[in-house]
Amino acid sequence: MTLPIRVRTLKIDDRDVSAREDETILEVARENGIDIPSLCYLEGLSAVGGCRLCLVDVRGVPRPVPACVTRVEEGMQITTNSERIVKYRRMNLELLFTEGNHICAVCVSNGRCELQGLAQSFGMTHVHFPYLYPQLKVDASHERYVIDHNRCVLCMRCVRVCDEIEGAHTWDVMGRGIEAQVITDLNQPWGTSDTCTSCGKCVHVCPTGALFEKGKSVAEMLKKRQFLPYLKLMREEHV
Amino acid sequence: MIPEELEKIALATRAEQEALSHQLRVCTGTGCLALHSDHLKDSLTSVIKQRGLEQSCAVKGVGCMGLCALGPLVAIQPQSTLYQRVTVDDAIAIIDHLDTQPIDHLLCPTDIPFFQRQHKIVLENTGQIDPDHIEDYIAADGYTALIQALTEMTPSEVIEQVVRSGLRGRGGAGYPTGLKWSTVSKVRSTRKFVICNGDEGDPGAFMDRSVLESDPHRIIEGMALAAYAVGASEGFIYVRGEYDLAIKRLKTAIRQAERLGILGKSICSTTFDFHLETRLGAGAFVCGEETALIATIEGQRGNPRPRPPYPAEYGLWGFPTLINNVETLANIPPIIRNGGDWFAAIGIDHSKGTKVFSLTGPVRNTGLIEVPMGMTLREIIFEVGGGMTEGHAFKAVQTGGPSGGCLPEQHLDLPVGYDSLAQVGTIMGSGGMIVIDDTASMVDVARYFMEFCKTESCGKCVPCRVGTVQLSNLLGRFTEGSATAEDLTLLEELCDLVKQTSLCGLGQSAPNPVLSTLRYFRNEYLAHMAKGVATQ
Amino acid sequence: MRRMGYGHHALIETLHSIQESFGYLDEDALRYVATTLRLPLSRVYGVATFYQFFRLKPKGEHHTCVICVGTACHLKGATTILEQLEQRLGIKPGGATADGKVSLLTARCLASCGLAPAVVLDGKVMGKFTADAAIAWIQKWVAHDT
Repeated sequence: MTLPIRVRTLKIDDRDVSAREDETILEVARENGIDIPSLCYLEGLSAVGGCRLCLVDVRGVPRPVPACVTRVEEGMQITTNSERIVKYRRMNLELLFTEGNHICAVCVSNGRCELQGLAQSFGMTHVHFPYLYPQLKVDASHERYVIDHNRCVLCMRCVRVCDEIEGAHTWDVMGRGIEAQVITDLNQPWGTSDTCTSCGKCVHVCPTGALFEKGKSVAEMLKKRQFLPYLKLMREEHV
Repeated sequence: MIPEELEKIALATRAEQEALSHQLRVCTGTGCLALHSDHLKDSLTSVIKQRGLEQSCAVKGVGCMGLCALGPLVAIQPQSTLYQRVTVDDAIAIIDHLDTQPIDHLLCPTDIPFFQRQHKIVLENTGQIDPDHIEDYIAADGYTALIQALTEMTPSEVIEQVVRSGLRGRGGAGYPTGLKWSTVSKVRSTRKFVICNGDEGDPGAFMDRSVLESDPHRIIEGMALAAYAVGASEGFIYVRGEYDLAIKRLKTAIRQAERLGILGKSICSTTFDFHLETRLGAGAFVCGEETALIATIEGQRGNPRPRPPYPAEYGLWGFPTLINNVETLANIPPIIRNGGDWFAAIGIDHSKGTKVFSLTGPVRNTGLIEVPMGMTLREIIFEVGGGMTEGHAFKAVQTGGPSGGCLPEQHLDLPVGYDSLAQVGTIMGSGGMIVIDDTASMVDVARYFMEFCKTESCGKCVPCRVGTVQLSNLLGRFTEGSATAEDLTLLEELCDLVKQTSLCGLGQSAPNPVLSTLRYFRNEYLAHMAKGVATQ
Repeated sequence: MRRMGYGHHALIETLHSIQESFGYLDEDALRYVATTLRLPLSRVYGVATFYQFFRLKPKGEHHTCVICVGTACHLKGATTILEQLEQRLGIKPGGATADGKVSLLTARCLASCGLAPAVVLDGKVMGKFTADAAIAWIQKWVAHDT
């Protein structure tokens, strides 16, 4: 016997909204047309709460909470765009820019990049912190795809889609802290991976130009993400 | 194991010990072992054998006695003679002087504040009993609390005592232990777990190591009591992989307890089962965080996950899990034995009982100390610690390790408690207390801790992964003397960001050393800017 | 692995046993562990590189020198010792000398702060150490072996 799912009512930016108790703040906000920026979150994949861009203020909670992993509660009062929230989001985004080598002018995803889009929507014209200019590699050993670690934001979408949807678990993360990096199998060239099915899901969920198809030039990489909610829906129907 | 059997062992062991005219206790903690106290123990034993004194004298290895700086230490009971800096060559002289005047040049005075001002609860057995012999622990009233709880108390009565004691988590955050226990006990589940967090990661702290090495049975008893109270039947002790000796002694202790029926099925002829295993950590500070610790035991990368849900509800493999730190659990047996009110009478408001600190830096008596809550920092450093060593002047005291802060002289009269320390910008933490003298640069200290957090960040969330790198680089500009006024503003903004938006406790507390040094030693930051030179 | 019922959670304990027996984790070992525990390769590699304790490269054949860089040791000059050793041996922490004889490692804290600065030479903790003393030890090792 399953208990019926209850309904909760809460306030987002002074608007009364209702939600199922198993929904997150982000889901409810988007249903109601309230925009909360996000990067690592992708509908259809598990949420990790790593990018800290979907932070919102909840009344009575001292620290901002990530909207993608916080479930709604009765009577919650949420602010999505206070001055401090906007400042924190922007600073975290700036940190992401300093971490890699994001040069839009030469990127396959120029104009279609989520990171670039976020920077535009924040009106970000420059970065306050020094760039770290890491020395990172590009792996083009795969027959059809390329990974450029310079453009990776460690959102883990590729890791999750490979494990949760494709079921191959070719991708994972090695190392920790600033040295963390996504890897295929035993940190070997992608082309030599035995487990990769070359399905290309990782390429299409990647928010930036870190993963792309061979042969694409600047601003040509179009990412198709529509498959994900469908796949998830179909799976759920058969469970 | 039934209560009568336990008493029989206790009586027999005590009688054996009383038959001896001299018992020589050699410290075999890591500190003294490094100074070859194992050889010393062997030579003392062989000298006794040569003289044919086996009937009246015995040598035993005991855990840390606290005064690590003066090791190796040998205590002779019941005469209460304490020898310091003993070498293998002193063995013959020590045996020869057993019945006469003690040897002057080795004698360590025991009437100093270091011994007199301490209040030992957690460390009551360390330095007294042989950690490798369960009988020794039983003779010191060990396992009576467990048997008493199992035969005379309901689980909720056990929790009641812990709540009344006012005990708060000794791992750092100070969450009320009784509340944690009652939360886990209320969750309904077919399986529950109890985990002992022995991932002492704070560089400069070694309280948990000493307790695990000196008195492993105390932790087993504490965990069994916790398991009984919350309704768990499986437990894990998570210990840092570097603590070889602690792991070895714990494993021995678990085996001994199983053999006596104190662990396993139907303990004390009741329906209570409890199975205990050790798990090795592999070097990750972040694993002190509860959700990361759980991930490690599950065999994954030690990445923390967002809370809620809390481990009390959704923990190891999704089952309700109680996680307590080593020192917290070490307090449990005496609380049950003597009652919660007894414990609550020690200490100050909202901070009850005692706290173990590892006191290091340029003070005379470095080592392990246990003092009642509410003692002032000045008393701890200048009385128990014996004051600064010659030629060093006090500048600051650092508590709480990489998550804590530095306090200047003006706060020395602060009574030590969770709330009082938090008010002045540091934390109780797990018990590292490092005294810093006037030769050290506070910016360098802040940078040292930031470097630490940078390498220990798991890399999951952006503010901690990238923010700690930026902070550490910024602090580097100060130590090099190339910082500008903008750098100072940026430093403060970044500290706020990392503190407010990081996913777990590691990131949220990483800026504390910087913030507290900015608060009390801002002039040092300014000096690095203005002059353009480092004081290094 | 058998002891732990081949469960996924056995991974870290298994890696500990392998490192204890072979000194480090090589690719074959990781591959074997992944197959036996039915874990993805990348997951095994991710775990092995997350924890500081695991080594993927062989350590110095004969001798190891671990410098504690915990807080107390740092304040008592552990960093200077480390720098001098790095210079002297021409290696960074985590590396081994060209002849593979000596490895230099760092530890967060050996929990022997009363003895700061502390150094572990071939598994033996030595307290109140200096750079000169460490170099003397290493020279003794090298001289002894040749």
